[in-house]
Amino acid sequence: MKYLAKDDSKCIQCGACESICSKTYFKEDNPEKSCIQIKKEDTPEINVCNQCGECIDICPVMAIKRDKFGVVRIDKKICVGCFMCVGFCPLLSMRQHDDYIEPFKCIACGLCAKECPTEAIYIAERSDEEAREMPIDKVFNR
Amino acid sequence: MDIIKMKENHKVLTEYKYELGEIDKGYTNRTLYVNISDNTITSKPVTEMMKEKFVGGKGFGLWYLWNATSPETKWDSPENEIIIAGGPVCGITQYAGTGKSLVCSISPLTDIPIDSNVGGFFGPLLKFSGWDALEIQGKSDKDIIVYIDGNNGLVTIEEAPLEAVDAHVLGEQLTEMYADNEDDKRNVAVVTAGTGAEHSRFGILNFTFYDPRRKVTRLKQAGRGGIGTVFRNKKLKALIVKYSGVKGNLNNNFDQSIINKTGIKYHKEIHDLDHLQNNMRKIGTANIIEIMDAYDLLPVMNFQYGSHPDTQNIKSTVFIEKYLTQGVQDGCWYGCSMACAKGADNFLIKTGPYKGHRVTVDGPEYENAAGLGANCAIFDPEAILELNFYCDTYGIDTISFGTATAFAMECYERGIINKEITGGLELNFGNFYASVELLHQMSKGEGFGTVVGQGVHRMKKIFVEKYGADEEFLFDIGMEQKGLEYSEYGSKESLAQQGGYGLTNKGPQHDEAWLIFMDMVNNQIPTFEDKAEALHYFPMFRTWFGLYGFCKLPWNDIVPADNKYTDEPAKVPEHVQNYLDVVYGVTGKKLTVDDMIKESERVYNFQKIFNIRMGKGLRKNDKTPYRSMGPVTKEEYESRQERYDKQLKEIIGYDIEGKTTEEKMAVLRKYRESQYEKLIDAVYKRRGWNSNGVPTLEHLKYLDMELPELIEVIKDLQ
Repeated sequence: MKYLAKDDSKCIQCGACESICSKTYFKEDNPEKSCIQIKKEDTPEINVCNQCGECIDICPVMAIKRDKFGVVRIDKKICVGCFMCVGFCPLLSMRQHDDYIEPFKCIACGLCAKECPTEAIYIAERSDEEAREMPIDKVFNR
Repeated sequence: MDIIKMKENHKVLTEYKYELGEIDKGYTNRTLYVNISDNTITSKPVTEMMKEKFVGGKGFGLWYLWNATSPETKWDSPENEIIIAGGPVCGITQYAGTGKSLVCSISPLTDIPIDSNVGGFFGPLLKFSGWDALEIQGKSDKDIIVYIDGNNGLVTIEEAPLEAVDAHVLGEQLTEMYADNEDDKRNVAVVTAGTGAEHSRFGILNFTFYDPRRKVTRLKQAGRGGIGTVFRNKKLKALIVKYSGVKGNLNNNFDQSIINKTGIKYHKEIHDLDHLQNNMRKIGTANIIEIMDAYDLLPVMNFQYGSHPDTQNIKSTVFIEKYLTQGVQDGCWYGCSMACAKGADNFLIKTGPYKGHRVTVDGPEYENAAGLGANCAIFDPEAILELNFYCDTYGIDTISFGTATAFAMECYERGIINKEITGGLELNFGNFYASVELLHQMSKGEGFGTVVGQGVHRMKKIFVEKYGADEEFLFDIGMEQKGLEYSEYGSKESLAQQGGYGLTNKGPQHDEAWLIFMDMVNNQIPTFEDKAEALHYFPMFRTWFGLYGFCKLPWNDIVPADNKYTDEPAKVPEHVQNYLDVVYGVTGKKLTVDDMIKESERVYNFQKIFNIRMGKGLRKNDKTPYRSMGPVTKEEYESRQERYDKQLKEIIGYDIEGKTTEEKMAVLRKYRESQYEKLIDAVYKRRGWNSNGVPTLEHLKYLDMELPELIEVIKDLQ
């Protein structure tokens, strides 16, 4: 599965990733509207979705699915804005902003990686076996 | 099933078009009134007075019911109504347990108003379709459905002769019929009863919600008080609402932000703590089966005992490991991260008309396992699931059925009734096949099942009048009060819970107060005043959920990690604040805890006066069967001899040396009955009632509820 990998030790907290992310998806330079978020105090910490997929099983309307690249995506047309995925995200990387009634998340588009001056973030691949959602067929023994 | 043929056979009796309207801070400000006697449909305004004094939900339901009925109205009178209302919060999606509907009617069991709360999608979709409440009055002479198309502003009453009556079939049929495609099924919500509701007094309403993972129509139940019986008596087959386009902000909330924050905080709490606390996401309310057994509170053999060695066969882990599908989203409305609506999938039915079918059983909830199982000494998980399935699909209340069957079984074991009377059924404790046969008989309207289906109150009368049973003994062991069967907790050793059951508006259920642990286990409310305070605060606090459209379980089936360090852990203060924040977010009303209690008190006292208007609601109606407060039989006494002997010696100062069990029982009984009377005095006083259980005029004034029609009922009872 494709995901945005990170190396916290290389982050210089410049915020370029947050800026490009929020501008791209919400037409506004606002770190609170960025899918990737950087802890600005003390040691750098990059918080971003690793596409584990735990949110897929949490969604009551099955609005969250994996695409063919393994990226976990929200279908906003289906989403009912319950934000359970936000509360249940193991990394706290599912985002919510009060200007919107649906959550949002990193889709590993890689734009931020291109902006990052220190290569602290980069698009990578890892095994599909690390996916945390349960295939429905397995749940119901179909 | 031939859906097309079924639909072709519908005959539209009336059609009503309406403007879609907009929701304003949780209210649509109008009610859909449907009269199925003359097929008229109208829109009624929701007034400011209604919102101020009754808030919504069961407040609205009781107000409409009051206006529709008279003291002479019976449950099957045409003017009796079924009102379904969600409340202003109902339909938000960010906080757990915010899709509840409250259903009100005059009960066939109690002859007074009943209110029952239920999940499923009907309440929220009804509101999004433009209606705070649905008020149904009248009686049809043919089986009909009422269909609300919330996107096109259309309501129809249609004859529907071919569809099934049983809930799991009918729910599927109508969901299939009204959904455009698979994805559209979640936009259809159906209310049904079942064939058993036609032939018993404890019929339920099943509310559907479509489960997109299981691809089945799931059922939640408005279980208590026989509203399903009223529904079928009116020849209602189903109510259907369809609304597509659900989003998280359709209530046009006053402050969405605070709702989002509170909701996400709560979801995180569930994520972090549920598996360390009650395991609601894995097993739902059935997590307490073995806990109740361990504390001697599980009703066994018609509430005679509180535990049984075979409880291990039906403990929660058995259901988790062998039957309940794990790892799927199980909330009965969007945003319920507590997700207690568990389901046993591909469950093979062994008896009756659905024998050989593989079905999804919703549950078992604790009450089902305790009532259908332990209370009838049926300690077999598959038996419990099958009884649970048939209760739901036939439209039978698992609690009333469990308690009524346990009573009939005890009467059978004691020879009060026999095989001749039961029509050959060997109604011994533990006999699953006899129990499930009672259900099949209720479905068909034949045999002894229809006698059990009358409920404990009427069974007692029948056994006395027809079979010469000892009236006093049956009063002692028949676990009903006001006509409603007890829910499934032993209250003998908790005086506060005896009041929690006995001093209720609608009869002994645990919707109003559940104080056993506070009282008996944790000893937090030792004095009469403490108990009275608890029996004031908790019933009022719990009433409040039903005014707004909240579910109670997310309140205290999980608690914040630091809850035990708060001043009053039993109240779960942080969650109470969550509720106040959510209500502020939806309506813009900034309430304090005192305001909250006062809002509830208005409706609670209104319901109390409603009971008085219907001829109940006085002190004499709060008398409870002795089995709810102490050992009726020698065997019961001796099963807890050490405890009872100790109480006699240490509390009452009675010398037990050389005394027979009967002598000791008599002394204990006198003491316990006197304690209950003292409790009544303390609770009535705290609630602002006189010693006869009548709200005082001063109290009505304090509550700003001096409505002339209320004063008229109680002025001569001061």
